[in-house]
Amino acid sequence: MIRVNYFARLRELAGKGGETLERDQMTVRELLDWAEETYPGFGKDDVQVAVNEEYALPEDLIRSGDECAFIPPVSGG
Amino acid sequence: MKPFEITEEPINPQDYADYVLHTGAGAVTLFTGHVREWTHGVRTVYLAYEAYVPMAEKKLAQIGAEMEAKWPGIRTAIAHRIGELHLSDIAVVIAVSSPHRSAAYEANEYAIERIKEIVPIWKKEIWEDGQEWQGAQKKYPDKGADAQ
Repeated sequence: MIRVNYFARLRELAGKGGETLERDQMTVRELLDWAEETYPGFGKDDVQVAVNEEYALPEDLIRSGDECAFIPPVSGG
Repeated sequence: MKPFEITEEPINPQDYADYVLHTGAGAVTLFTGHVREWTHGVRTVYLAYEAYVPMAEKKLAQIGAEMEAKWPGIRTAIAHRIGELHLSDIAVVIAVSSPHRSAAYEANEYAIERIKEIVPIWKKEIWEDGQEWQGAQKKYPDKGADAQ
């Protein structure tokens, strides 16, 4: 099981703050592809993924039990 | 208060200035970022900020560590408010103390630039005739270092 969290524009698009994927492992790139397919208009090319609260790269592996977050362009300050 | 925090409460800047002050400090810079009414000719009614709180606090602490490595001897505290903020409310506070003023000025500016790059906080602008999530950042910073 992989936990994913949505924020800002993506939270509104998904209509939820997060969900659980019944997967043992997948790469960050696969997760982004899944999100784009599941939520048309996701805009994966402008979204980063955090795995366990650290920015991850597309080829990084996500394992069951990991907590992921989709990070759209940030705008703090 | 915590030295690196995301809060839903109104920010009292003095708390953060007090936190960084010590007898070795000759300068404290206290930056507060506020909700602005006009941006590029568009009138903001209010802002809504959202954060991935645990990661955001971790990234604020990372920025603090970067600053202390670059400007040895400084002390730092940073807070960002989330939720609904109205005109002139404080969205962010950055307090830096240093033995001498130049490091306190430079490090403080560095902090706000880094916040805008790597901290998972999002601002939604609410106007009289609509609303939109703001944001623009580089894609995929280097892992760990978040691309200096």
